[in-house]
Amino acid sequence: MSALPRAAELGLISCHVCGLVCREATHDAAGNDIVACPRCGCALHRRKPSSYTRTWALLIAAFLMYIPANLLPIMRTASLNDVDDNTILSGIVELWVKGSPDLAVIVFTASIVVPMMKFLVMVLLLVSSRRGSHWAQPQRAKLFRLVELIGYWSMLDVFVVALLTALVRFNLLSLVEPLPGVIFFGLTVVLTMLASMSFDPRLIWDGRDTND
Amino acid sequence: MGKLSSGRLLICEYCDTVYRRRTLTRGEVARCACCQAVLERHHALSVNALLALVITAMVVFVQANMWPIVTLGLNGQHSSATLWGTIIQMWQQQAQVVSVLAAATLFFFPLVKMLSLGWLLWFARQGRRAPGFVPVMVTLHYVGPWTMSEVFVLGALVAIVKARLYFDVVTDPGIYAYAALTVLITIFASVDLRQLWDVTPETTI
Repeated sequence: MSALPRAAELGLISCHVCGLVCREATHDAAGNDIVACPRCGCALHRRKPSSYTRTWALLIAAFLMYIPANLLPIMRTASLNDVDDNTILSGIVELWVKGSPDLAVIVFTASIVVPMMKFLVMVLLLVSSRRGSHWAQPQRAKLFRLVELIGYWSMLDVFVVALLTALVRFNLLSLVEPLPGVIFFGLTVVLTMLASMSFDPRLIWDGRDTND
Repeated sequence: MGKLSSGRLLICEYCDTVYRRRTLTRGEVARCACCQAVLERHHALSVNALLALVITAMVVFVQANMWPIVTLGLNGQHSSATLWGTIIQMWQQQAQVVSVLAAATLFFFPLVKMLSLGWLLWFARQGRRAPGFVPVMVTLHYVGPWTMSEVFVLGALVAIVKARLYFDVVTDPGIYAYAALTVLITIFASVDLRQLWDVTPETTI
């Protein structure tokens, strides 16, 4: 593995936005001199700026939002004789029992498994990269790409609630209303997406000595 | 600090490994030897083909937004929803955050993406850089991950199955337009838009 040359060692930077290969500027003492990419004009960084701090902050914020997202109901179904509030989990159970178990599995994956996996994977990546661990580097790199790829599918439940709200409008007979849980859930998804975007996967391969 | 003779080197954006670029033949994918990430794909679609796909996507997008997606029936009453009906309804039901999220990820960002791609490709097929090429390319880079039409299609399916328990459900043309849009998005997912930097010469700006 060490035979492969790395850009930071050769004094090269690839632009985060357009991918252009640039030669690093004369080294500043601080090492965080901001120079613009000659092709797209965006700031060049060797690593994404303060990647650890930003990712931790966004991840913790996302987790705080995730608690009310699961505890509070996301949707109210009101009909002539009863009012029924659903949380994410109870909605999945209802789908499993009354409708189709296969769709229940999909919703369960999108709303519960994917966010939980994102939290666990991001914490694992943050901790192991910070310690400069060489353990399972290719697998960790793969996990990061998986999280990046599937993260936004968690929005599924938010869109289901939105559509049902717009559709089920039979005044007294039957009404669907969104409840605060769905707002928290939407924010969770956005924050976890921002968290994985601010994590720099190059940190997985950086040794103990590199500072961000 | 200088620009290296463009296109000779390639850096893996996932692990910072440097490679010398080589021409790919049809169907070939260059992967990073260190982290297995995709470095580059052969560009199977020409600029013309991409432009045709973008225009198709625009037509389908208009239909997906104009036509209702689903109609529900209950005791002779009917109720149908379009995307914008959904967005407005969420706003009125005290879920403004969700309303804004849906408007951005399902309408504005996809629209921005298609319009700017169409703009860039229209000029690229004449071998020129479009006016505002650089800011448009940077915008595309940032808007990219925030379009979610394909998630909305799956959401519509789940909503239909849930609604079927209590109502008569009739699917409307909008859902087919969305299905077609999803297919187009999937084709675009494998296209690396950064190629546009190389396709057009820089001197014409």
